[in-house]
Amino acid sequence: MARKVARAPLDYLNMPAMKAWLAGVFIFLYTPLMILILFSFNDSKANIVWKGFTLKWYVKAFENTQLREALLNSLLIAGVCTIVSVVLGALMAFAFWRFKFPFKGPLESGMSLPIVVPEICFGVAVLLFFAKIGFPNDLPYPFNLTQIILAHVTFAFPFVAIVVRARLESFNPELEAAALDLGASRYQAFRDVIVPHMKPGLIAGGLLAFTLSLDDFVITFFASGPGTITFPVKVYSMVRFSVTPEVNAASTIIILITVIATVLALRAQAATTKES
Amino acid sequence: MSDRDTIIRVEEVTKRYGKVTAVDRVTLEIPRGEFFALLGPSGCGKTTLLRMLAGFEMPSEGKIFIDGVDMSTIPPNKRPVNMVFQSYAVFPHMTVFENVAYGLKFDNVAKADQYGRVMAALADVKLDHLAERKPDQMSGGQRQRVALARALVKKPKVLLLDEPLSALDAKLREAMRFELAELQDKIGITFVMVTHDQDEALAMACRCAVMDRGKLMQTATPSNLYEFPANKFVADFIGSVNLFEGTLEVDEPDHAIVQSEELGGRIFFDHGVSGAGGEKMWVGIRPEKIELLKREEGSTPPTPEDAPSGCNVTAGTIRQISYLGSESIYEIDLINGRRMQVSRPNLSRWDQEDFTWDDEVWLRWHGDSPVLLQS
Repeated sequence: MARKVARAPLDYLNMPAMKAWLAGVFIFLYTPLMILILFSFNDSKANIVWKGFTLKWYVKAFENTQLREALLNSLLIAGVCTIVSVVLGALMAFAFWRFKFPFKGPLESGMSLPIVVPEICFGVAVLLFFAKIGFPNDLPYPFNLTQIILAHVTFAFPFVAIVVRARLESFNPELEAAALDLGASRYQAFRDVIVPHMKPGLIAGGLLAFTLSLDDFVITFFASGPGTITFPVKVYSMVRFSVTPEVNAASTIIILITVIATVLALRAQAATTKES
Repeated sequence: MSDRDTIIRVEEVTKRYGKVTAVDRVTLEIPRGEFFALLGPSGCGKTTLLRMLAGFEMPSEGKIFIDGVDMSTIPPNKRPVNMVFQSYAVFPHMTVFENVAYGLKFDNVAKADQYGRVMAALADVKLDHLAERKPDQMSGGQRQRVALARALVKKPKVLLLDEPLSALDAKLREAMRFELAELQDKIGITFVMVTHDQDEALAMACRCAVMDRGKLMQTATPSNLYEFPANKFVADFIGSVNLFEGTLEVDEPDHAIVQSEELGGRIFFDHGVSGAGGEKMWVGIRPEKIELLKREEGSTPPTPEDAPSGCNVTAGTIRQISYLGSESIYEIDLINGRRMQVSRPNLSRWDQEDFTWDDEVWLRWHGDSPVLLQS
């Protein structure tokens, strides 16, 4: 006679059916990516049959001047966007944490608006905005990237603000009082005590902003002009004709950069929760 | 007390937050070199007063002078006081050494002298061997020492301590009481400590100020607070006390008698109390000042022959006993139903067996023991 055995929650993971299900989910999630990466090493022009290992698509991708320029643009945009977003986001988080002012509640909720607004709407809004104010379209490189950078900062800095705001919640106000008590001015106390506490949040938020900016397509598509192609936009235009392994290779590189940034961001955030 | 010997003078200080008055017209003088305690239940305003001394809060009215200087316009970072915070507030991203050295940066201390001063301060709190540690590798007690060293290295005129022992476990707390008192004795800086723990205040402070709901109730030495409380609040807050409402019947220079319905009889004082007769008053008697005697059926009150009128005696029945090792506390119901607390030291190993539940007892106390309280 089969007896029913009570199971602890974690025991469910030991059931074969559960394991199979888990494996199924992972396969479903990651097979497309694995195929993309795999075929970037395939010695054939078609993404269908495996013909042997090669690195020639990577070489070809690097030799593609337009693709290289697009990647450089993307990295430059992401870099500037990260710095600006971290400064703006940190200041915003600090203001919401420290001060009381009218309409603080609605404003704080409004902080996450750029995160929830559909990208396509945001993209159209950005396009209309720049057209309306007559933002110059003919600035020399790299200033012609300004529109994209501004658009990216707009949606990236709220992410920084939210991460840093959460980090500040765990700050012990007596630390700041202690710094003042020991002779520090308000600014010195901010620099010596509050900023070090915010640091994991700043790093996590910064990497988040970097990743978001690097792989954004929709908003960038609306804000970019003929001379300001970013990597995702370029890949899209290449795919419109045919998916060559060259695109696979380029995408693999972007995946790599994004994964590294995400892992670092998660680590910085883990440090956040562990410390306090 | 001349002005020269007063390090802190608090003059008619009031602090309001909106409609709430946290500190209500407090006036205090603290002499140089004293270990002073601000004592009271939570919400009594003691911490607000301490934060006003440190400069984190400004008085709504009144003035604070530290070493004769009006502090009205002086921010915390320019005051000659330093604080040990309740959470210790040790900077987590700095080593112990960096924590202690932090405050010296603002004092124009030469780099060469910094090392010596930091190490000396760490030696004072017995932490010189842990200078390179990070705070997260230390115990609560050690972090508190870091906070102490960090404040003392600045050589403040006054050291402020906010509930310094509340986060420590019982054994360590007792050890730190002695250590803090010794440290204060050694370095001679005025200490002002805030605490809600009366034992802590009595054990460490030269003088205590007892506060309640923003008002200063009494400022006195620990023994005076205990033996001569100024009012019901102080009597009740410091230690345990049996309080009886009554009216003053006789008030002569050499004795006084209070008639108390609550006690069901008269209370005799062997000294004059100089209060207006007939007024409503309270009599407080400490549990350890009452003697317990066995009571047989039909026996008479055991007044000693040498002082027949100098003693108070009443009868009761033991209802509850708390055996605490060094002493036992007896809850006794008087004949009129009123409950009284009596404590009795267990001087011999068999003392606790003298009395048990439902024993009929006499309660006897000397005419010198009760205190008369007017409010």
